[in-house]
Amino acid sequence: MRVTLEFDGAPGIALRAVDLWKSYDEGTVSVLKGVDIGCFEGRSVALCGPSGCGKSTLLHLFAGLDFPDRGKIWVNGVEINPRSNLLQLLRHEVGFVFQLHNLIPDLTLAENCLIPTVAAGIDRRTAKARLQELAERTGLTHRLDHRIQKLSGGERQRTALCRALMNRPKILLADEPTGSLDEQASGAVFDLLLDLVAAEGVTLLMATHDRSLAMRCDRLVEMHDGKIHEYAHA
Amino acid sequence: MIFLKLILTNLRRHRIRSLISVAGITFSVAAMLTVVTILQGAIGMFSRILSNDSEIIVFERDVSDLFFSNVPADAAAQISSWSLVAHANPVLFGIVSSEGHPIITCFGVTSTDARIQKAEWLQGDRSSFAQHADGVVLGTRAAKFLSARLNSQVQIGHSTFHVIGILKTANGFEDGGVFMPLGSAQAFFHKEGTSSVITVKLRNKDDAAIFKEMVRTKFPSLIALEDAEFTRSYSQFRILKATAWAVGGCGLLLGGLGVANTMIMSVFTRIREIAILRVNGFSHAQIGSVIFGESAVVSVLGAIAGLSFGTCFLDALKLIPALDGYVDTNLHPLLVLLVLLLALLTGVAGALYPAVYAVRVRAVEALRFE
Repeated sequence: MRVTLEFDGAPGIALRAVDLWKSYDEGTVSVLKGVDIGCFEGRSVALCGPSGCGKSTLLHLFAGLDFPDRGKIWVNGVEINPRSNLLQLLRHEVGFVFQLHNLIPDLTLAENCLIPTVAAGIDRRTAKARLQELAERTGLTHRLDHRIQKLSGGERQRTALCRALMNRPKILLADEPTGSLDEQASGAVFDLLLDLVAAEGVTLLMATHDRSLAMRCDRLVEMHDGKIHEYAHA
Repeated sequence: MIFLKLILTNLRRHRIRSLISVAGITFSVAAMLTVVTILQGAIGMFSRILSNDSEIIVFERDVSDLFFSNVPADAAAQISSWSLVAHANPVLFGIVSSEGHPIITCFGVTSTDARIQKAEWLQGDRSSFAQHADGVVLGTRAAKFLSARLNSQVQIGHSTFHVIGILKTANGFEDGGVFMPLGSAQAFFHKEGTSSVITVKLRNKDDAAIFKEMVRTKFPSLIALEDAEFTRSYSQFRILKATAWAVGGCGLLLGGLGVANTMIMSVFTRIREIAILRVNGFSHAQIGSVIFGESAVVSVLGAIAGLSFGTCFLDALKLIPALDGYVDTNLHPLLVLLVLLLALLTGVAGALYPAVYAVRVRAVEALRFE
């Protein structure tokens, strides 16, 4: 079933995709089969669905890490395609949190968080002030100089969250951000994620298996077999 | 700082591999330094033989090697009589073997030659030179390897000579050579009436151009070159220099392959990290800089270690009597700079493919890499 979104083309839409198709292995594995989706600015949207239904692929397309075979994508009103300014997208528009924290083990927590600022050429003082602000919000201040190996799973994921928000992106894409954590840590990280998103006015699109967490977002989108089947207000 | 840490992190992570790679560049640089220095030392010594108390050398035009040059005796006589010439000395070079010594350099010189007149005579009397056709003077090293003393007989080629003196020069070639009266050398090498070169000292150095023009006009088969000009243009020197740099270059190439191997491994083992950097906004240039930075660190460390190791090795070589005079451990800054630059270029070239591979990494695929 194709869901037609009443807010197509409306202002205030941070993420929008129309008729997205994506396959792998020379077309033998179809992952997305005509996805239409839109997310309003400042809202949190959870993508739920079984493994392999195309949630991660959809997030990768929104981040410009991959491109659809067919269909169009807009991020903050700018169409994303191979000719787009993908560096601008990754440096300033979009932050990405993965299921695995994907931090660099030899660097400290602070250094990992500062990577996006180095990429974007943000001056050191501004970057450090921002890091301090995020570290206070995430309760990581005392761990800034610690190496990643010394951090717990929850701390690592909070670090990944800080890193994703360092350059003040308007959109946060989170791919199973609590998937590798136990229930307690998962709840704590998710609380923090929602708090940060609300405080920073960021649009959140999050893929998750955890329906109880998804229900706490502004909107819940069900995906099955490469298609969006229903929108539900959480 | 973080950028530098990203460059250094993989080197620290794989210390042994990094060390092997640095060692590759170290030995390459040391080999290049040693080969180039020894060959340049040899060229320098040969140049000094020719420039001994002279500033111009006259020899047969278009000759491939001075040993094949034939300068007629009357040319030497005429040139000596020119008013702008202070003195002109014919010198005949020859190579001969004796039992157990395949190569002995012989110098056929006149009694007024600076080598005879200005060298330090350890044994014998310089006034006795050229008094007898079979009287020869040996350099200290030649005397040592021929086991000769004053007044002893030495077998050189098929002839026996009487040692009338032993002299010491600062020049390794000369020190290992045999000095004969010019006439004896001409007879010995069957080059009667000729010499290999004429070394010329002018009364006024500024007349060099006039002198060269006079030689060109009066003796079209001969050519006159100033010493520095000769060193630059003499084909044998050019071949030697090219060989030295080629051998050294091959060494560096091997070092470069080591760097390339290390960098390829480095990129493969940190492919996930490269993807993380991409997702966090690193551009192709920034990713490339991390890879090139890593190889540059390997190259610079290798080059510095190579220069130190090479210098120590040259110091050790200097102690070997056979190489006396060949090795100059005072390295020319330009040579050091050139070697450093070549090592750096080698490192950069070695990182070229890995860097291209790294910037082409697709983040989505690389993040799935375990």
